[in-house]
Amino acid sequence: MATLDSTAPRAGAPFAIKDCALVALATGRKARLLQELRSELTAIDAACIYHHFWGGLLQPRFVEREYNNDFAAWVRHGIHDAVLAERLAALAPVHFPDLEALRREIIELIDARLDEVEHLLWIRASQQFEFIRSQIVVFDTQRQLRQPAELAGALSALSTSSIFYHFVDARRRTPDGGDDFSDWLGAFGDEFSLLRQQLASIDPFFGSLAELRAELAGVFGAYFQGAGQ
Amino acid sequence: MSLLEEYAKVSGEDVIAQLRQLAAPLNGAKVVHVNSTRSGGGVAEILTKLVPLMQELGIETQWEVINGEGDFFECTKGMHNTLQGNRTPLADHLLRAYETTNAQNAEILRPTLEDADFVFIHDPQPAPLLTLCPARKGKWVWRCHIDASHPYRPVWKYLQQYVVPYDASIFSLAAFAQELPHPQYLIPPSIDPLSDKNKALQDSVVADIYRKYQLDPERPLIAQISRFDRFKDPIGVIQAYQLAKQFVPALQLVLAGGGAADDPEGEAVLAEVEAVAKGDADIHVLLLPSDAHVEINALQRAADIVLQKSVREGFGLTVTEAMWKSKPVIGGDVGGIRLQVIDHHTGFLVNTPEGAALRIRYLLHQPETVKTMGAQAQAFVRENFLITRHLREYLTLIVALLHGAQERIELG
Repeated sequence: MATLDSTAPRAGAPFAIKDCALVALATGRKARLLQELRSELTAIDAACIYHHFWGGLLQPRFVEREYNNDFAAWVRHGIHDAVLAERLAALAPVHFPDLEALRREIIELIDARLDEVEHLLWIRASQQFEFIRSQIVVFDTQRQLRQPAELAGALSALSTSSIFYHFVDARRRTPDGGDDFSDWLGAFGDEFSLLRQQLASIDPFFGSLAELRAELAGVFGAYFQGAGQ
Repeated sequence: MSLLEEYAKVSGEDVIAQLRQLAAPLNGAKVVHVNSTRSGGGVAEILTKLVPLMQELGIETQWEVINGEGDFFECTKGMHNTLQGNRTPLADHLLRAYETTNAQNAEILRPTLEDADFVFIHDPQPAPLLTLCPARKGKWVWRCHIDASHPYRPVWKYLQQYVVPYDASIFSLAAFAQELPHPQYLIPPSIDPLSDKNKALQDSVVADIYRKYQLDPERPLIAQISRFDRFKDPIGVIQAYQLAKQFVPALQLVLAGGGAADDPEGEAVLAEVEAVAKGDADIHVLLLPSDAHVEINALQRAADIVLQKSVREGFGLTVTEAMWKSKPVIGGDVGGIRLQVIDHHTGFLVNTPEGAALRIRYLLHQPETVKTMGAQAQAFVRENFLITRHLREYLTLIVALLHGAQERIELG
């Protein structure tokens, strides 16, 4: 998914380390019934979709996350429908060209499930779903890296929100829906294709950002240590 | 060593570096926080550290406290209770005291407030100050620390006239937010890991607390450390203790709380609690002075399990404090407690004294689970509920206010 910045990095350009901070806002939109969730989803700001898939990673949450998005978690624990929860959890935002397409698919899945099981129309959730959006402030740390090997040493010192910006938020900004590190490595041609494959296999949704940082540092460390031997 | 350097030891260097970068564009900005008490209660505790931290980041930050008399605090306590759902109208003479007190305070604070770039008004007590500062030049934010999810509508309607003109408001949870014509930010509160209430203590300090209050360190101890307030359900805690004690005869209970300067109801609730506890030497009801931070710290560490069986709760900083000390918490399934007590992971959420008793018995029979949950609880707080995270969100909000409603703000 690339909606904000489709500029690919130039070969030889340094990697500018950025950081971000996110603050959540209530929208006042709420749902108690699945039908209400569907109805709100048709009109809600796309920033809400972003928040409930990604923004939550920077918000207080317990590490052992059962589902990768808030809609799935609410359907499971509020509406108690495991089938729809699993289908919603299978949605990967990067597989959609933009948030509008993702929105349409969520609504489609809800409609299909409501057709299958009529009584879901009347089940009232024990806790209402609160639609939240967020504002993200991005700032330059003034640090730049010239060579990919420098990332191996730098990653463990980055803030978790910097990791969020470059590895999670990037999926919305980069041309191929990937992460900033892979994107930068791509500018060096095929030289780092193996490393890029390793990065592509990291799923950022189920651990804490600190764990993600450790995993990234581990991958870069092992790669460049191996290259040096 | 600077304050920020001290926090870097607990929160991490990366967290502090980020705060410095976020604060850089705000250098020299004038920020004023206003609340109604300098000691007692979560708001005063947060401001005690938030203000010097903001100052150290180069932001000119002041903390002002409004003064009031009996009728004013009776009114604001009533507002607090009704915003949390009590259906009791506020008498006209109390509302007049509320308005008069704010007008009197505005006479003193007006020059400071009108000159500030950002003003944070905490809770309903000083909310009318905005309308009393017509020449204000900065952005004004109303920070609601209360669970206002189901307010008594007539009182909310009254208060709304003062809150509507603000540039933004802050609630601890989305469920607390109200219909308002300005952005409503969501920022959970936090604890200060370096404060007397939360810093690491030597074992001897905890041993002293056992001696001082005739607690037996060899027997299981549960504790609720909270204001004597009906919403905290201290009677429900005693009932849970009594039910659990039938199965764990050695059980001891501490109910400890301090009074807050702006809470006139505490004494009455304390008397009710003492009456119910009378006759059981294993129930220790302690009224602690508002500065007994080290004692509270030691009591939380002495307990095997901490309870916060609230029936309404804004956020529940006492839950955060206990979790920071690696204690599993049995908490009421309400408000901000839900954000912290992850059922079966960092503690248990309960709805009744019976439910609390069941979980007390379970945990006392599963000491390994107590350790695992305690470790998870502390890690969860470190990541999410320390004051450094709180400060970061305030700074983010200030930057966001400068840039309007846009979803993505690129600095530099």
